[in-house]
Amino acid sequence: MTMIQISFSDRYNITPLRSLMTSAGAFAAGLIVIGLIFAFVGVNPFYAISEIFMGSFGSVYGIKETITKAIPLILVGAGLTLAFRAKFWNIGAEGQLLMGAIFATWTAQTLGPSLPSWAIVPIMFAAGFIGGAFWGIIPAFLKIKYAINEVITTLMLNYICAEFLTMLIVGPWKGKTRFGFPGTDNLPDSAILGIISGSRIHYATLILALASCLILWVVIYRTRFGYEARVVGENPDAGKYAGINFLKTSLILMAISGGLAGFAGVGEVAGIHHYLGYPASVSSGYGFTAIIVAWLAKLNPVYAILSGLVFAGIVVGGDAIQISLGLPAATVQIVNGTLLIFLIMGDYFLNHQFKIRFKKK
Amino acid sequence: MKDISKSFHGIHANKEINLHVDSGEILGLLGENGAGKTTLMNILYGLYQPETGQICINGNPIRITTPVESITHGIGMVHQHFMLVQNHTVIENIALGYKDTPFFFPKVKLREKVRKFSEQFDFSIDLDQKVWQLSAGEQQRIEIIKALLNGADLLILDEPTSVLTPQEIKELIDILRRMKAEGHSIIFISHKLDEIMDICDRVTVLRKGQIVGHADTADTDKKGLARMMVGRDVVFSIDKEKMEKGAKALSVDNIHVTGDKGMPAVKGVSFDLFKNEIFGVAGVAGNGQRELAEAITGIRKIDSGTIRITDQEITNLSPRKIYDYGVSHVPEERIRFGIAPGLFLYDNAILKQHHLKKFSKRYFLKYNQVKTHAKSIVSDFKVSTHSINNQIRNLSGGNIQKLILGREISEKPKLLVASHPTYGLDIGATEFLRQHLLELRRQGSTVLLFSEDLDEIFELCDRVAIIFDGELMGILNADDPALSDIGLMMAGSKRMAESGNPRPNRLTNE
Repeated sequence: MTMIQISFSDRYNITPLRSLMTSAGAFAAGLIVIGLIFAFVGVNPFYAISEIFMGSFGSVYGIKETITKAIPLILVGAGLTLAFRAKFWNIGAEGQLLMGAIFATWTAQTLGPSLPSWAIVPIMFAAGFIGGAFWGIIPAFLKIKYAINEVITTLMLNYICAEFLTMLIVGPWKGKTRFGFPGTDNLPDSAILGIISGSRIHYATLILALASCLILWVVIYRTRFGYEARVVGENPDAGKYAGINFLKTSLILMAISGGLAGFAGVGEVAGIHHYLGYPASVSSGYGFTAIIVAWLAKLNPVYAILSGLVFAGIVVGGDAIQISLGLPAATVQIVNGTLLIFLIMGDYFLNHQFKIRFKKK
Repeated sequence: MKDISKSFHGIHANKEINLHVDSGEILGLLGENGAGKTTLMNILYGLYQPETGQICINGNPIRITTPVESITHGIGMVHQHFMLVQNHTVIENIALGYKDTPFFFPKVKLREKVRKFSEQFDFSIDLDQKVWQLSAGEQQRIEIIKALLNGADLLILDEPTSVLTPQEIKELIDILRRMKAEGHSIIFISHKLDEIMDICDRVTVLRKGQIVGHADTADTDKKGLARMMVGRDVVFSIDKEKMEKGAKALSVDNIHVTGDKGMPAVKGVSFDLFKNEIFGVAGVAGNGQRELAEAITGIRKIDSGTIRITDQEITNLSPRKIYDYGVSHVPEERIRFGIAPGLFLYDNAILKQHHLKKFSKRYFLKYNQVKTHAKSIVSDFKVSTHSINNQIRNLSGGNIQKLILGREISEKPKLLVASHPTYGLDIGATEFLRQHLLELRRQGSTVLLFSEDLDEIFELCDRVAIIFDGELMGILNADDPALSDIGLMMAGSKRMAESGNPRPNRLTNE
């Protein structure tokens, strides 16, 4: 009788190449499972998957759309790399993004008409950052002061923010130009972000996203604050022993994480929609997709640029196959979810080595 | 065990090891840190697979691939770092490791059984206490109970005495002898020669993954074993030069501290420390030493009383502020407090110092200086690692400890609070560390040494305080003849006036 024996042990010396290969392998394995799901619902998997990538990267239009969608994903994903490094499981980026959008809308509607573009745009981004940061530090405060689990609080704050936004747009902020439909009036012209002509790419936010990733890399790996955040994430007891102020560290890191999500909210409102509408139309789940972006980036904000583009591609390609293959809108979420599971599994294989032996008995 | 070999990324941890244990025998396994003792035992326990070689029980070759299999073969293991669920109670932990635990209401049936066992071996443990509230010694007893309940014929004890008090060691030895009389076999891993000589029938010495010698304890002596273990002669006693004590360095005045269990752990302790002095605190584990050390270093808040360093009050300041006043700390549970496991060695080399000017400039860390510093600790304290870019969790326990000690000593503290600094270190490293402590003393620093190793206390300290149940039973000069009663004082049955400060003796209420 042949016995198959599999043994696991810790892996030492993880090289960047191995890390990259593992992510690529996990991604490929995820695609295979997604292919099986497509086959199960009677769609040719090769065709469907190639349509996803053709839709996003196969044409100039597709690439422009992919970059447009990558902007919020990169911003939010980069912010999440910082929070996840410190083992602060921020599942609330969606709410933080929306809060940024709310703050930005308010500033734009109030100050925009009387200010030129060069003044209102920075003010609007600052307001968005503050909004996202405000929504992010609430769970940080609750976690450190009252030991309330941040997964629950960040998740629940998403709904509170979404309902609050809905309340605003059907109530006090409802626009006169909307003919009774929910939503604010368009932002004043001075607050509308410029785009690269022939696309929807609002370049101010794109530049901000790329800069944020680079700055965040420096923050995580080169500053005292980043060091403290990593120590706290690795071992809170060691953080205590080293005299690290948990409340301060957590508040700062969640302010940054939430603030970057807030930037993304500003970009969506002022760059894409030009008014504040329903939560689902403002964000379409970027706050959740960005969790996978951060994970695929191995919690490195610079890699988040690439992984943000990949997942933006899936979002755009997913939209494309909804039309060309008549698949439901949930398809993209199935694709994303499956890939996340495989990426997390990939981490296990990165940190452990395994041997398979065949033994004759 | 025949021809067992195992290597980790190309380095042999075990090479062609042959080992046998007879029933009713206690075999000592002796070796320095990283000699491969733990790896070998993990192979026997099924945690690792050997690359070559074979394990036989009663002459029958067996293959052990998981700890569960080794338990069914009657092998039990008590690890150096306990494998207990901290947030569960004692009885829940025991139920978790017990092979016949019923699926429903697991604790009910077990309770009576455990109670009988603990009575038989004199283990006094509150079964409903959470594990995190227990001292290391108490946690170890749970591990032993777990192994015995599973009917272990061969019990492997990995450095069992390193966390125990002298009294507990005696109890442990009694238990081991009783088990031996009943025909159990025991593999006793240690690098303490006295214990090996005392407990074991035979001893096998490992060095660098290979067996360098076998001996019957009856026909060998400590010197011979020590030579085998380190490959050279070892100086057993340390020459301590006489030093006048300097100015007052730290004064602790009537402090009260609450422990993890919400009970008072330190009750009105007062003492003064001086420069050029090593001050020992002796006592059975769990009598307030940890809380006292944590109170002085700022990790734990003080309910009342004051602590001053020179003339500066540091009572209840943050650990970082206290560190900045020159107090460094080697904590008792080093893996838990002293390192961030997933970070690199060089990150860990500045865990408490990263805010100092030397390593940071405004908001940024100066990684060049950090790496230079890490390299110097690694070479000065002989930390064995292939690179400072290694994640610290890849290092062995002893090497992690050397790094922490190096980190805490290298900044020339005014006061070093060291809890069991040599626990888990091999002879060479212990000797080296003790020289460092004496060097600190020579340079005008003060060392507050918490230790359960009385030899260490007597060798190093100028004065010794004895702590029992959160109170000091006396502070004596190291040459005070009254120290012969230290055992009584540690057991709380005698209280002494401070040496050179006559005060009437007062007996405790107990």
